[in-house]
Amino acid sequence: MPAPAIETENLAKQYPYGFLHLKKKTSLEGLTMQVEEGEVFGLLGPNGAGKSTTIKLLMGIIFPTSGRARMLGKPVSDVAMHHHIGYLPEQPYFYDYLTASEVLDYFARFHGYGHVERAQRVARMLKKVGLETAGKIQLRKYSKGMLQRVGLAQAILHDPKLVILDEPMSGLDPVGRREVRDIILELKNGGKTILFSTHILPDAEVLCDRVGVIAGGRLRGVGAPDAIVTMKTVGMEILFELPESNAGAEKICAKAAKSGTGYRLGVGENELYAALEELRGAGGKILSVTQIKPTLEDFFMELVGKDRAQAAAVEVSGR
Amino acid sequence: MKNGKAVAVLLSLLLAAAFACVWRLQRRINTVRDAMHQEQDEVLLRSPSLMRLLTSEYSALAADVYWTRAVQYYGNKRLGQDTNLESLWPLLNLATTLDPNLLPAYRFGATFLSEPEPRGAGRPDLAVKLLERGLAANPVAWRLSQDLGNVYYLDLKDYAKAGQAYLEGSKKPGAAPWMKVMAARFLAGESRETAVMLWSEIYQSSTEDALRENARINLQLLRADEDIDHLNEIAGKYLARAGRLPHSLNEMIQAGLLGGEPLDPAGYAYVIGSDGKAHLSEHSPLFKQQTVYRRPL
Amino acid sequence: MNRVLIVTRNTFREAVRDRVLYNLVVFALLMIASAVVVGQISMDIETVVMISLGLSAISLIGLLIALFTGVGLVSKEIDKRTLHAVLAKPLRRWEFLLGKFLGLTLTLAVNTAAMAAGLFLALLFVKHSLTRGDSAVLVAVYFILLKLMLVVALAMLFSCFTSPLLAILFTGGLYIAGLFVSELRSLEATNLTPQMQKFFAVVSYVLPNFGNYDVMGAAAHGRSIAGNLVLYNTLYTLLYCAILLAAAAAVFSRKDLK
Repeated sequence: MPAPAIETENLAKQYPYGFLHLKKKTSLEGLTMQVEEGEVFGLLGPNGAGKSTTIKLLMGIIFPTSGRARMLGKPVSDVAMHHHIGYLPEQPYFYDYLTASEVLDYFARFHGYGHVERAQRVARMLKKVGLETAGKIQLRKYSKGMLQRVGLAQAILHDPKLVILDEPMSGLDPVGRREVRDIILELKNGGKTILFSTHILPDAEVLCDRVGVIAGGRLRGVGAPDAIVTMKTVGMEILFELPESNAGAEKICAKAAKSGTGYRLGVGENELYAALEELRGAGGKILSVTQIKPTLEDFFMELVGKDRAQAAAVEVSGR
Repeated sequence: MKNGKAVAVLLSLLLAAAFACVWRLQRRINTVRDAMHQEQDEVLLRSPSLMRLLTSEYSALAADVYWTRAVQYYGNKRLGQDTNLESLWPLLNLATTLDPNLLPAYRFGATFLSEPEPRGAGRPDLAVKLLERGLAANPVAWRLSQDLGNVYYLDLKDYAKAGQAYLEGSKKPGAAPWMKVMAARFLAGESRETAVMLWSEIYQSSTEDALRENARINLQLLRADEDIDHLNEIAGKYLARAGRLPHSLNEMIQAGLLGGEPLDPAGYAYVIGSDGKAHLSEHSPLFKQQTVYRRPL
Repeated sequence: MNRVLIVTRNTFREAVRDRVLYNLVVFALLMIASAVVVGQISMDIETVVMISLGLSAISLIGLLIALFTGVGLVSKEIDKRTLHAVLAKPLRRWEFLLGKFLGLTLTLAVNTAAMAAGLFLALLFVKHSLTRGDSAVLVAVYFILLKLMLVVALAMLFSCFTSPLLAILFTGGLYIAGLFVSELRSLEATNLTPQMQKFFAVVSYVLPNFGNYDVMGAAAHGRSIAGNLVLYNTLYTLLYCAILLAAAAAVFSRKDLK
């Protein structure tokens, strides 16, 4: 069994604050988890839950108060291991007066490529993230989205085995988000391990093999996105349209919610066929019948709701 | 984290060693720099008006700095046995241009600009220039008049002007009563008593160590002069009696003309020279100083 | 060492593109030009005035750059979080610091050289020829550069553990204090107790002594400067900078970044 790409053991982080630094803010409490080689792992959680803290602890940007963490089998303090790790920081910002090619070239130099190979990689990366034409413009003129792309480019330029992305989709428009998703999938197909954090759940559902949910500084659950939520079907949802004269279907209409030109109606599993009959009788056109499963979002909201109920929750961003 | 601790200890030792080296280097640098010719601000010393312009509201502060430098400069020169005081005037000139009310600077300059080398710069004309500017800017500073009078009297031998200065000074509010007296004496002519009064006054009123010391030695020399004159008088009596000048003090004592061996203010006995005249003993510190301080009266 | 130089190169590049630097350098050149004019006013000591004012200008501008950019080297990177991506590279934190230091030193060297060239041109214009005595001006400029290196090291150290504003104040304060350090040695003449004098003597050796680098008088008058002073000052600077950077590296290596 190969070693996990990332493993943490009771990783914790506390920040002292207040007068004379006597009080302590707990940003992360006893995090123990593993990310296996070759999987895409999503770190989910509301803002300030501790996702960024976890990633920063892994990258050596901050130091743990207690606990240990390893990446690719080596302790996180081993800087040489960074050759095989790519990192996209949250809201990346680079040097104002350099151009994208120059910044990428700068980062590439740390990996010891020859002159020619370095130039080739930089060009390839720029193309991959869609910044071909903007390569020679100084970064201070870049939009947030463009900076995000540069950040992604520098994270994967050296073909790392493990890629860690902190909020990779932030600041991107839907097109950009799609492109990043594609890149992540491409990486996964290439056998890379990917850890990324996000609070946008649909992205996680689509991309991740497994997710870990962090809220209030603690890990609340780890598993495949569907496994995280109960498999119990809550019911069925019927999408239907009705003719102009909807005689006979008032009862149903009253319970249904209008959706565009049609209606949505949620019914329990046992009531499904009865409802369908009713609609057939009323001359309705059935557009679709789907299972209603609790989504990650529901799970989330429940978690967050619980947290807010616990008055102990304090803003844990640690900033 | 044993490794971390070891590194920390090693680093601390290295830092301590490095600081020790820094210490040693600094000492070497100090030695080299002290040997360097120290005229650091010469440029600005030659153009006081430019300095005034540059420092504007901080002129008084700059004046203090230069005044302090002047004193240190003089002190260092004395310590180093260096007789070249050419920067004294520019320093004092600059300090007083920046702050015309800097009285101590005028007083300092009065003595050490005018005193002949090696004690001072030997430029009484510059001292006069400095004092006249000081008086113009500080009309009630009667001490400056006193200093001016002294320069005229001691270094320039111009008794009329000395008396004039003292007279002017005596009219200023708060002037000591003897200013008038001194004025009168100067205008009447020179005398040793005048000089004694003058130096006593300076000795008592000065707060500057260098000035007091200067006055003290001058007083001692004056007293020695007096003693010598007295001794020569007695020698004359001996001549009348014995038909020749005495060869030593002992002879005069034998002849009953002298009670005991008189000592000079430094505590050394006087001697009778081959010319039959009294002199300071070669061993006395005053002997050396008389050449240094000698202002023939 | 290679990694250090990568950071050095990048720092230099970034600094050189910063327009503020150019403005400062141009300003310095203007000051040197004005020194020519001033020199004409104070008769007979044209070159003396010009060299003095020129060196003062180079020193002042250099100090401003060293101070403000020096503090920004670390603070800006932390603030703007450019540091995060860099630290994800196989680069140790101390290598990063050293690279930054060398990068700014290089920048300062280039700027100082440019300004010195301007000064020599002005000298040439006024004197119509350069004499051997003018080599003292070169030494004076070199000493200014050494001084600036020390200021940068100080600035970097302070910016590792205080806010940028405080770092600027402390570094500036230490610089001014450092000018008068030699006075602390000669306190024997004053009325302080021997223990206090000893204390101040110790302090005078511990504090960075910026007076060591002042050779303006000698340079202005074309007097050659002792070779061993050049050696000692160089060693002093290197050693002291090493101490400061080591301390900075120690602080920085354990610091939680934003």
